[in-house]
Amino acid sequence: MNFAQRHITVALAAVLGLIAVAYVGVQGNLQLLFGVVVPYLALLLFFEGIIYRVIKWARSPVPFKIPTTAGQVKSLPWVPRTLGDKLDNPESKAWVIGRMALEVLAFRSLFRNTRTELVSDPKYPEKARLVHWSYKWLWLGAIAFHYAFLIIVLRHLRFFFEPTPQAIALLSEIDGFWQFFIPTFYLTDIIIVLALLYLLGRRLANANLRYLTLASDYFPLFLILGIVSTGILMRYFFKTDITAVKQLVMGLVSLKPVIPAGISPLFYVHLFLVCVLLAYFPYSKLLHAPGVFFSPTRNLPGNNRWELHVNPWNYPVKFHPYMEYEDQFRDAMYEAGIPVEKEPEAAVAEEE
Amino acid sequence: MSLPKPEELARVSYQPPARGWMEVKPDFRPGTYCNAASPKWLEWIDYPYPRAWSVADEDWQLPENWKEIVLEGMEDRLARFRSLKLFFDICVRCGACADKCHFFLGTGDPKNMPVLRAELLRSVYKRYFTRLGKALGELVGARDLDESVIREWFFYLYQCTICRRCSVFCPYGIDMAEMTILGREMLASIGLNIDWALASVAQCYDKGSHIGATPQAFKDMIDFLAEENERITGIKTPVSYNRKGAEILFVTPSGDYFADPGTFTLMGYLLLFTYLDLDWTFSTYAAEGGNFGWFISHEMGKRLNAKIYHEAERLKVKWILGGECGHMWRICNQYMPTWYGQVPSFLEVPVSPITGTVFENARVHKMVHISEFTADLIRHNKLKLDPQRNAHIKLTFHDSCNTSRGMGIFEEPRYIIRNVLPEGHFFEMPPNTIREKTFCCGSSSGINANENMELRMQGGFPRANAVRYVHERYGVNHLGCICALDRATLPTLLQYWVPEVEVTGITELVGNALVFEGEIERTTDLRDRELVGVGEQEGGEEEE
Repeated sequence: MNFAQRHITVALAAVLGLIAVAYVGVQGNLQLLFGVVVPYLALLLFFEGIIYRVIKWARSPVPFKIPTTAGQVKSLPWVPRTLGDKLDNPESKAWVIGRMALEVLAFRSLFRNTRTELVSDPKYPEKARLVHWSYKWLWLGAIAFHYAFLIIVLRHLRFFFEPTPQAIALLSEIDGFWQFFIPTFYLTDIIIVLALLYLLGRRLANANLRYLTLASDYFPLFLILGIVSTGILMRYFFKTDITAVKQLVMGLVSLKPVIPAGISPLFYVHLFLVCVLLAYFPYSKLLHAPGVFFSPTRNLPGNNRWELHVNPWNYPVKFHPYMEYEDQFRDAMYEAGIPVEKEPEAAVAEEE
Repeated sequence: MSLPKPEELARVSYQPPARGWMEVKPDFRPGTYCNAASPKWLEWIDYPYPRAWSVADEDWQLPENWKEIVLEGMEDRLARFRSLKLFFDICVRCGACADKCHFFLGTGDPKNMPVLRAELLRSVYKRYFTRLGKALGELVGARDLDESVIREWFFYLYQCTICRRCSVFCPYGIDMAEMTILGREMLASIGLNIDWALASVAQCYDKGSHIGATPQAFKDMIDFLAEENERITGIKTPVSYNRKGAEILFVTPSGDYFADPGTFTLMGYLLLFTYLDLDWTFSTYAAEGGNFGWFISHEMGKRLNAKIYHEAERLKVKWILGGECGHMWRICNQYMPTWYGQVPSFLEVPVSPITGTVFENARVHKMVHISEFTADLIRHNKLKLDPQRNAHIKLTFHDSCNTSRGMGIFEEPRYIIRNVLPEGHFFEMPPNTIREKTFCCGSSSGINANENMELRMQGGFPRANAVRYVHERYGVNHLGCICALDRATLPTLLQYWVPEVEVTGITELVGNALVFEGEIERTTDLRDRELVGVGEQEGGEEEE
């Protein structure tokens, strides 16, 4: 098995294994484990892990103010700056907030994406041309996935509140606007599946992406696909007792856990995969979510020349001071008519 | 070694090898790497483990405890640089950066995709500093640190020019440049350096500039260029050196006085300063604006950069004017005041003595970019310019990586260009290859040596390709830039890929266009090329 095959297989096997574990466990009456213990443990790992990681990042200082400047810097007042310049090369903290908002909410940098192709004519190899296309598909796939995921998570909040908050109910209603299926069909369900298949498909289809993708990249994709498909199966095909599920969730939320009867194993599989995702999050690349807020090339203003940035560990370094330099070259400098601090004779006299 | 022909290098294959990247080892083929640093240079600057070694050797003679040094060095840098820790932790390997790197586009080597180049370092971080990496190894991209990993670092970290193009496209702003500098620091900690960069650093440290010019040699070079000015324009452009009490200290990279075509830009500076009757001085001690030190470590960058403020204080100047240079300005902009640690209070907020403009944007730094300074002069109508003297030039402008992505100076040089060139003589390259998306010259960050020419031509391929596009489409015959390293490396690059196009600094064009009172009739430009219309009855309308 080659590198890519090995990494794909392991990730896929891991997710299938997890599914099997939950299924078999519930068949063996381990509902308490999968319904109560694991969810609590996962939440604990999730929060502990994220807090630990964020503290770890925060403890390392930012020695230099190194924003990636992607627009005209603020200089002379008449030099034109577009709104884009101000956002991509922020002059102050307020503009940094704008830049970060755009980055986090609209994936600004990914929106810039281009794809470069080498176009060559075999007859004139020296005329090979690199063509740089604008390429928004990755942006579209990423943003579709993330927003669908967000909406789905928000929709699930109806399991956590009694009565269901109006905002959540409204959101679900909008998501289910296209009612050509019973029960109400959610648009985000199809979007997230398509987006995930795209994100997975590009890793498989592009030779260079396949070359660099690790099991730890395939794993969350398979895992979330597993979560989504078990959710869809439950909602549209193999229904489970929703009231019982809500009872279970409310029990967890109110710290009085109960295991109601009538919940299908499929639900436990779904829940278990979610728990694995939560636990995996802080130890993996999924940290990009909190991490983007800490990125020094994005969250700092490009105002270095008028606002001093202090490096907490700045230390004096050995450099070649001027007087040593003059001692080295005094005679020659004097001869060449370059001003010196000490004339050669005076320097000699001093030494004696 | 002979350099392959352009048609051979242009056949880039983007097909990755069949074996996984952890198994594939770098192929140190002559032409693709820089020579090992001579021990002499390391001794000059107190760098560790000086020894005579060669990249082609089987045994790189690493210190016995090299692994310990590297891992401790990594731990230390993780504690000091949030960037490193974060960039190691949050990459999702989406590959958005992959085809943004000029070295990947030019070589097709997948380890030149910034994501994978970073993974070369990240894999070691994961193995030794994360629980999951310790437990799962290769599956999460972790691997043991052995000598072959070090060789790989050496090969690929010197195939990154710290241009930051990847970081523009990364959704989290992960910056390969940052990791490259820190990685090179770790290599240096076990005595692995490249000769071209180290020689420049040591010379600059000791004598004052990368080219190792002694004070008298520096003066000779500049005086010669002043004489050239007088020969061509009839105008004396006197220069003072180390003059105390001058208003302005002028600092420019050595590329501007060392070789053509940089020298023409320096002649342009001298003409401009003479025209303005500016009270300025050169320093033979702070004679280098560029800073190859920063290419190899943050500390070495500071050790070289410290001279500039030190000299400004000694000479009691009011402020500093900086010449056209790329990485010099990334450093001046993003590092210099922070290295100094406080506001250099011995300097004043820069004020243009000609226009009275206060450079508020430099009120801490106290240093002004020559393009800002010149643009302000033109804006205030302080320069009499005759664009027809540049009528033989059809220009495109190369945004230098560092001034673009580490500062953001895009409009000032373009404003100058539009004022010193006749209308319709300026053409932009395709939008995805300029401004913040500009392509590197392929030879920056200390790798502009001779022995790695094949790599340089590959790395510069995307840049040259865009230049050829505007050359063929609009008849562009000059590539303008505000970077001395560009002026040192792009002529070689274009000679190889687009020999019809020459490289010029922007202040050279200003020097051509400046009309002095009572000047003799100008018949040539600063390069002794006849001006359009000279020796003709009509003149001025000639087309290529």
